[in-house]
Amino acid sequence: MFPPIQDMYRMAPELVACFFGMLIMVVDPFVPRERKDISANLGVLGSLAALASILLMVRHPGEGMYGLLVVDSFSVFLHLIIFAAAALVILASDEYLKREGILQGEFYALVLFATCGMGIMTSATELMTVFVGLEISSIASYILACYRRATPKSHESAMKYFLLGSFATAFFLYGVAMVYGATGSTSLLAIRTVVAHSAGNQVLLTLGFGMLFVGMAFKIATAPFQIWTPDVYEGAPTPVTALLASGPKAAAFAVLLRIVFTAFGDASSTWFWIVWASAALTMVVGNFAAVVQSNIKRMLAYSSIAHAGYLLVAVAAAGAAGENSDAGIAAVLFYLVAYALMKLGAFTIVSHLGGSGEQRLAIDDYAGLSTKQPLTALCLSLFLLSLLGLPLTAGFLGKLYIFQAALDARLIWLVVIMAVTTVVGAFYYLRVIWVMYFREAQQEWTPVPVTPGVASVMLITAVGILTLFFAPGPLLAFAVRSAAALR
Amino acid sequence: MSAQVIVFFILAAVAVLGAVSLIVQRHPIRSALSLIVVMVALAGLYLLQGSELVAAVQIIVYAGAIMVLFVFVIMLLNAGEEERTNVSRMARYVGLPLGFFLMLQLAWWVGRGTKGMATAASSSPAMTRNLSKLLFTDFLLPFELTSILILVAILGAVVLAKREN
Repeated sequence: MFPPIQDMYRMAPELVACFFGMLIMVVDPFVPRERKDISANLGVLGSLAALASILLMVRHPGEGMYGLLVVDSFSVFLHLIIFAAAALVILASDEYLKREGILQGEFYALVLFATCGMGIMTSATELMTVFVGLEISSIASYILACYRRATPKSHESAMKYFLLGSFATAFFLYGVAMVYGATGSTSLLAIRTVVAHSAGNQVLLTLGFGMLFVGMAFKIATAPFQIWTPDVYEGAPTPVTALLASGPKAAAFAVLLRIVFTAFGDASSTWFWIVWASAALTMVVGNFAAVVQSNIKRMLAYSSIAHAGYLLVAVAAAGAAGENSDAGIAAVLFYLVAYALMKLGAFTIVSHLGGSGEQRLAIDDYAGLSTKQPLTALCLSLFLLSLLGLPLTAGFLGKLYIFQAALDARLIWLVVIMAVTTVVGAFYYLRVIWVMYFREAQQEWTPVPVTPGVASVMLITAVGILTLFFAPGPLLAFAVRSAAALR
Repeated sequence: MSAQVIVFFILAAVAVLGAVSLIVQRHPIRSALSLIVVMVALAGLYLLQGSELVAAVQIIVYAGAIMVLFVFVIMLLNAGEEERTNVSRMARYVGLPLGFFLMLQLAWWVGRGTKGMATAASSSPAMTRNLSKLLFTDFLLPFELTSILILVAILGAVVLAKREN
């Protein structure tokens, strides 16, 4: 009856993350207030242990838990992104939590639980399991968004995220019900068989896919389901924003890719135009709205919407390429890594410079940073240039692969929109760099010194971005292998 | 017309009327009570389809637990009659036609394609025994994961309710 021990290894990262989450919950009440470092250290240790336990997972490939989840290169790839992102967030959040006076063990426990949910989403091959993973990660994120309880903005953020997120998951669940009604199964492989034979009720199937897409589009913040993003990103504590921008997005893209290419793989027409339209709209909305922002968190939020659009272009390209979809999927995966690095780095710096109560968030507050903390300014410039997609950064190669995949699939219009909106993007990214280097500070202020945690995150993300440009080979090969695992 | 079909239409009519009343009522408590009518009528529909468990769960969880929660929240907030604003008036003129349009669309779709649905419904594990078997074998993973979900929810309640000191 009990599932074999190999299945435990197959979900080792999730189990380790949960174990440490519970351990922190048990230990934290007994830790005196002035020694809360113990919880923080447990959090760092837990996230690193979970990251390391991916090795255990790698050694037991194949289906597990009665076919509800699978360990293949695809799930390993995404586990690496998600658990590494969680480790970086935990590493950088120590300084922030201390400064805001909200140093509590529950923060680390919630991050670990959320990561566990995201991990489940990426390896699940059955829609109900995906749904439970999605709920675990969502509910943990709603609470994390509300973590600055003294600030009304944080409440607003959590409330908006919670209400709209609940709607989105309801849509997802309704979609699961419809797909089940049409195919008689919630397993992606079984759905694939039915779809491939054009059996099942086509109307229900299309409606069901639409609903599933709405659920995922909310999580990855693509238009027209992006309304919540700026407010939530702005109000949430910045380390949480960093987590929201990297982890859940990667997990939701994993689910979308699995649904699209494993289940609906042979019926590209039903979903292709949905993805196409959403990609075009997202790029336009995200980039143009980012131009008028004066708050750096809101600007980065709109930029993350824009990037979701670029990623959807690659998804559409993979769909249009038919049999040769690997290039497009690999482009998505490569870009997800680059994107997670850039956003984690940028938000970590924003969180570091925010000052107590997150007072300094206007772009103008960054004036004169180049003389006060030259290295921080340099790193932030690197992240922004990478988000823009200039050479010498991972963002450049990521965009290049997407362009290539889209051109190969002959999606000329999407390529044109992407190129134009990228140029628009240059305006708001370069403006921040210009303010940092060429404008004098309006008032006297001294940024807090960089703590080891923040410094290591800045270093890791910056080195990662440069490495991916100079030696993209191994990661790209891994991404192509992962893409092949989907079919 | 068999007895089953007659019972179906009675229950369906009750459910729809309850749902309409839920939206039309201006006092939140009346809306909540209308929702109970919808829930019970739906439970009857499930029973008619031969899924006793789903019907029982519907009554216990939705008509019971969830409704108690609703009523508690309404009373805690001391919510009175809702006020009509410009936006809510606009919702009437834009929302009603749109909702009607959506209903027609769904009706057309459902009427056009009922093939493939019957097979799925008849193979569903309606019986309690089958369902519990599935929960503890094939679907053990989501079942166990739900416990983590509940743990996260409890943790969230603690975090949000904790006194700042």
